[in-house]
Amino acid sequence: MPPHYFASMNNPVIRKYVSVDKRSVKVNGTDLLLNEQGADFGEFMKQIYHACSISYLKFFKMDPQSKLGFVAAKILLQDDDRDRFEPEEKAIVLANSASSLNTDEKYFESINDIPSPAVFVYTLPNIVAGEICIHHNLKGENTFFIQEEFDIQFMVSYLNILFSTTNTRKAIAGWVEVDLDDNYRAFLMDVEKEGSSEIQGNFTVDFIHQIFKL
Amino acid sequence: MTGPLKHPINITGTGVVAPIGDNTSTCFHSLVQGKTGIGRIMHLDTVHREVFPVGEVKHSNASLLSLAGIDERRGRNLTRATLMAVIAVKEAIAEAGLTDVELRDCALVSATSVGGMDKTEQCYRNPDYTSLDYVYTHPCGDTADSICALLGINGYRTTLSTACSSGANALMHAALLIRNGIADRVIAGGVDPLCRFTLNGFNSLMILDKEHCRPFDSSRNGLNLGEGAGFLVLESDRSVKSRGAKVLCRLAGFSNTNDAYHQTASSPNGEGAYLAMTQALESAGLEPGQIGYINVHGTGTQNNDLSEGIAIRRVFGEKVPPFSSTKSLTGHALGAAAALEAVFSVLALTNDTLLPQIGFNAPVEETGLIPVTGATKTGLSHVLSNSFGFGGNNSTLIFSKQDGTLL
Amino acid sequence: MEELKEKLKVQLIAQLNLEDITPEDINSSDPLFGEGLGLDSIDALEIIVLLQKEYGIKIEDTKKGKEIFQSIDTLAAYITENRK
Repeated sequence: MPPHYFASMNNPVIRKYVSVDKRSVKVNGTDLLLNEQGADFGEFMKQIYHACSISYLKFFKMDPQSKLGFVAAKILLQDDDRDRFEPEEKAIVLANSASSLNTDEKYFESINDIPSPAVFVYTLPNIVAGEICIHHNLKGENTFFIQEEFDIQFMVSYLNILFSTTNTRKAIAGWVEVDLDDNYRAFLMDVEKEGSSEIQGNFTVDFIHQIFKL
Repeated sequence: MTGPLKHPINITGTGVVAPIGDNTSTCFHSLVQGKTGIGRIMHLDTVHREVFPVGEVKHSNASLLSLAGIDERRGRNLTRATLMAVIAVKEAIAEAGLTDVELRDCALVSATSVGGMDKTEQCYRNPDYTSLDYVYTHPCGDTADSICALLGINGYRTTLSTACSSGANALMHAALLIRNGIADRVIAGGVDPLCRFTLNGFNSLMILDKEHCRPFDSSRNGLNLGEGAGFLVLESDRSVKSRGAKVLCRLAGFSNTNDAYHQTASSPNGEGAYLAMTQALESAGLEPGQIGYINVHGTGTQNNDLSEGIAIRRVFGEKVPPFSSTKSLTGHALGAAAALEAVFSVLALTNDTLLPQIGFNAPVEETGLIPVTGATKTGLSHVLSNSFGFGGNNSTLIFSKQDGTLL
Repeated sequence: MEELKEKLKVQLIAQLNLEDITPEDINSSDPLFGEGLGLDSIDALEIIVLLQKEYGIKIEDTKKGKEIFQSIDTLAAYITENRK
């Protein structure tokens, strides 16, 4: 898409952003929690769950990708006033490169025995979006793109389209991926159409490039 | 919402491969005749062959290759998804009359849920299969890449995967590209092949009917899986004018919402479906009473048909337009379903014909809704199509005749 | 029977990923679904898988599951009657 196509139409802002990988959880670029003992994926997710005082039994039934997206979204929206926007004004747009490959393989192995329904339901990339929607009551547009790498240009253009052509006023946007080698990364931004009182920066390609790398 | 589109999305071509036919005209014939494509599994290698009826495209991969007109040497590494998609895209291009030069800068938006899974199933951990070529054809994006490479399409290209509403979301994405001046011509649709992966998965969810599915019937007991590909050519006014293209109809309204209820089950009040339908109507600038036919999602499961029926009642009240589930003839083609049904909706609209469904005896008690069971000629201006997916992903598309109520 | 019930509790906790719940937390006569353990339709399907895998019992009709899965008591009674 043309780089600055929508520059004049909206001025969306990033209210907050969260990054989770095998080393740490960062909020707005600052460490919230370090994986000091080098805990494995499941253990680290559990540590985050407890550290953030989450109480949601369904969490433990989720596949790794949903767990990752869920904790990132939970931290992202922890201090957000849920009632500021209508559920249908809140969208979620995610992307990754491996789709649901990690869980696909796990389920694939189970076919030879008795296939597990609880694993099968997670063999779709958009289920993580669904889990976040259920917990935070988001009823707006929800889309999942498969890209070789996080296409920031694309994400900026796409959200600007949503903001200018639909009733979307807030969107959770970013990258959630757990790949076959248990490398994982979640990077979620809370983006709003109009400026909010406390913001981290403007929703621009340059700014996101900066914060995505942190 | 933003009201009616200022930049109409014109549909100039449609193409389809489905269990009921290899192209739009045979599919339309089957739809009108109520001729089912659901039956015993012929091509998929599975232990469930004798157990579950499915809507299979009636061709082996070799036969699809020749239908697609692809040279055998180039076709060696193509998946069933790509083969079906190429056939559908070619038909859509031909109907739209796009030249090779016009095709070059077309955008392509492809939707799928399993992509190259059927080939992966044959090769992965198979000691007789030594090549690793399936690693390249497995990802969802391979189909879009292959279509573009085979047909010489060089524009913007993307793949999206949102379960059973994927095909509808591909068309919405295409419309947004056009509406925002990013592309003038987009080929968009969806494809999914039958595979053991989904057959076993839906079996584990215990929502496959061992009989032919009966959408919106009180005795419904699950869905039959299907497969296929559906693609449409969407164009801006500017593009249509510059090439003097014939417009079939327009994509007048659309909406995507989340039900925010459960990963697989639809909410008891059909909230996501209700929001999708009302917002799509609003985006098209239409009142519910103006819809002449609904192609429902109608999978035949207890849960979907009840929830969708309740949502339809909430939107349309006592005046529910004629509706039917064409899945009663094709089965549920998952990521391709919405694209197949978009093509069927365009066929219903342009032929002024209500499409019948089969397998209906008695209405669902809670909603009392009775689908169309015999093909009926009638004047149609606007057709609505519903598609809902796991993850609570709900989409509604509205197709309108060009001389409708648009700006 | 009591032994079977205790074994079932352990198996359910493992099969359904019931985090932070111990066998002692589950009362054999308490409802499994609805409030309490927070189980849903997917969990019901997983219990069907459990019965097939561990006890060789195949349930073909999901409606039948509703009665059988009411509590650990009803589940144990069904298994005792039908196991192979």
